[in-house]
Amino acid sequence: MPDSPRKPPPPDTGPMPAVRRARAPTGEFRGVVRATGEHRVPVAARTVEKPILTVEGLKTYFDTEDGVLKAVDGASFALRRGMTLGLVGESGCGKSVTNLSIMGLVPTPPGRIAGGQILFHGEDLLKKTEDEKRAIRGRQISMIFQDPMTSLNPYLRVSRQITEVLELHLGLGRAAARARALELLEQCGIPDAAARMDDYPHQFSGGMRQRVMIAMALACRPEVLLADEPTTALDVTIQAQILELIRKMQQEMGTAVVLVTHDLGVVAGMADEVAVMYAGRIVEHGSARDLFKHPTHPYTQALLGSVPRLDQKGRLRPVDGQPPDLTQLGADCSFRPRCEFAEERCVAYPPTFEVRHATTGSGRFSHRDLGPSAVSHRVACWRADARPEAGRKTGPTGPAALPPASAPAAPAAPAAPSTPSPADEGGGAR
Amino acid sequence: MSAAPPEPVVPPRLPEGEVSATGVNAVAAGERPLVEVRRLKVHFPIYKGTIFQRRVGVVRAVDGVSFSVRRGETLGLVGESGCGKSTVGRALLQLHRPTDGAVKFDGVDMAELRGTALRQVRRRMQIIFQDPYASLNPRMTVGAIVAEPIETHGLEPDKTRRMRRVQELMDRVGLDPRWVRRYPHEFSGGQRQRIGIARALAAEPEFIVADEPLSALDVSIQAQILNLLQEIKKERNLTYLFIAHDLSVVRHVSDRVAVMYLGKIVELASYSDIYRSPLHPYTQALIGAVPIPDPEVEERRERQVLKGEIPSPLNPPSGCYFHTRCPKAIDRCRFEVPKFVHIRRPGALGDHFAACHLVTEHYGVVAAVESGSGSGPVQDADGALRRF
Repeated sequence: MPDSPRKPPPPDTGPMPAVRRARAPTGEFRGVVRATGEHRVPVAARTVEKPILTVEGLKTYFDTEDGVLKAVDGASFALRRGMTLGLVGESGCGKSVTNLSIMGLVPTPPGRIAGGQILFHGEDLLKKTEDEKRAIRGRQISMIFQDPMTSLNPYLRVSRQITEVLELHLGLGRAAARARALELLEQCGIPDAAARMDDYPHQFSGGMRQRVMIAMALACRPEVLLADEPTTALDVTIQAQILELIRKMQQEMGTAVVLVTHDLGVVAGMADEVAVMYAGRIVEHGSARDLFKHPTHPYTQALLGSVPRLDQKGRLRPVDGQPPDLTQLGADCSFRPRCEFAEERCVAYPPTFEVRHATTGSGRFSHRDLGPSAVSHRVACWRADARPEAGRKTGPTGPAALPPASAPAAPAAPAAPSTPSPADEGGGAR
Repeated sequence: MSAAPPEPVVPPRLPEGEVSATGVNAVAAGERPLVEVRRLKVHFPIYKGTIFQRRVGVVRAVDGVSFSVRRGETLGLVGESGCGKSTVGRALLQLHRPTDGAVKFDGVDMAELRGTALRQVRRRMQIIFQDPYASLNPRMTVGAIVAEPIETHGLEPDKTRRMRRVQELMDRVGLDPRWVRRYPHEFSGGQRQRIGIARALAAEPEFIVADEPLSALDVSIQAQILNLLQEIKKERNLTYLFIAHDLSVVRHVSDRVAVMYLGKIVELASYSDIYRSPLHPYTQALIGAVPIPDPEVEERRERQVLKGEIPSPLNPPSGCYFHTRCPKAIDRCRFEVPKFVHIRRPGALGDHFAACHLVTEHYGVVAAVESGSGSGPVQDADGALRRF
């Protein structure tokens, strides 16, 4: 049953709002596809609980020598208490910059927030002063990074790095902070924590450093945890330990997590909602169940098609080519040069369409018992516009899952750059 | 593959897609494997002091590993970082000289070779490195990089024809031949890995060690390179040792899979046996830890998270190296090193080897292959290994 016996009562953060509700309406909407216009529609508009953090139309640009690099170009999503949003994409798609923008850590001069809002409990973080941001950062919103060695101070003992957070944000005294730090390290599974807390970061292994990072990030019981590829540098057995730890701490504290990763397997095991980013934009967003079962954007399909799975064998279907240069983006769909379905209307970047499904899965909408995920499944692709509903049920894999909507891949499609030049032609001579 | 049904139980030696289409599986009884590794040890001593150096310890990176690679097959070698899998790959090419044990390539003991003789054998075995950024000389053009093995091994003395060959190779791996004069920094990671592949192919090898060729690449690029490696293998009838930490990738390409832990192989079997019926607790945990990109599958899976971390190879635990993390360890595991043996498992699709007391007690043994403690029926072992 969805009612979770696993979930302990939230410790100290006041009464827990009722988040569970009846299953979302299904059936009669099957196959209906409608446009919702721009990315403006708040993602969690239909949820009961108010989101803690809402990102709307976020644009983070970098001014470079080659022109304006649009690292994030209109990303929108919302986070509710206790949920996990998986932000998936390949390197350079803007997923990390999205996180840095929320933290207010985008290096400016080169970077700037060119538009959008980041609402944290209704207040726009982008309008806050540096001091106000500093009070929120690390206390209510904190972050863990891929490489803990670059974010831990190599000159400070681990104990000091954690007590600093506690003294600064919670005003604890030295002794109290130290006691709490020890408690945190033990919670995060550092063996023999009392003896090891006065070691320096280099004396810890990669997995242990990541545990220290998590202890530090969770020291003030933040409401939002931004995890940027937290397990990418780790071995699978250690990855499993760290993911388990994040899951456990999240359940204890009701923290909302943004999990940035390129690993679709990790996302499938952790996330309630998934947003797929490509070239700075969210191209598909939905509940993990919907998205993995009915991947609709050609890029999402390609991503799923190019991952070898432990439980399946067969030829992979990779996408040709490479992600575009973010300084050279035109007005067309950024995936068009690599898309096997590219057609004429793709010269205009598609609006976001909502895809309605019949009931998905076993009725548990959110597989970690955090209440129904009422997020709609939205796709930025023209093909989602006029799709006939037949064939919807074909499995999650492959172009075969999508019946050719109109003419399959118009011959005019610029499919030429299958071997894109690494630099400008002729730039090779030096 | 269209409309993939739930995967049927396919014996590993039946033709199935790219895996077995190489004609590999027609291994006649008694045919010599291309590569034979016997009790291979690679130890790295650690010294302290500047003038009066004294040895303070030894890292047992590879500590007694035996396996064979059949002509035409792909043997996957998996394990976590620091388990010695890359060292094994390098030791095969004598890039690290083994401390002990033998590496035979096509019947020739590599350890006895020096100079020209070694170079001649090495031409037939090439390596593709993990890091496409560090493994290409930034001061050489792509053309020069790919031409170098052809030149070194004197395969094509004529310069024009050599250049033509380079361009053919570039074309084959998916690089525009017009880019011969470009330098590595002008290419993306995936393209650099293609250069590395072209360089490996230039020497016209029979055997390629692919040392984590995908781990530095993005997902969609990984799939491109993986498919390229498979195509080339089929075309040129190559034999691969495919080293990776990603079990999904290894499963995808391998005919057989060897799992390493702390310098030793703990299990070796056909890919179906390894993934359907893993015997060693470490293999089981490793497979259980690999996330599967499907929320419904993930939800149903039982998760057994291993405690602790890999011990240091400087100071490995007593008995079975895995006993400190093993959920099933018994007393015996703490004291006695398990032997790497041929397991008598009914229903196994191929020969199944493992080093675990519990497994041998449960199933029984066909023949001891590698003695863990130094005393074992070695004669039998080599015979058994040669058979599979």
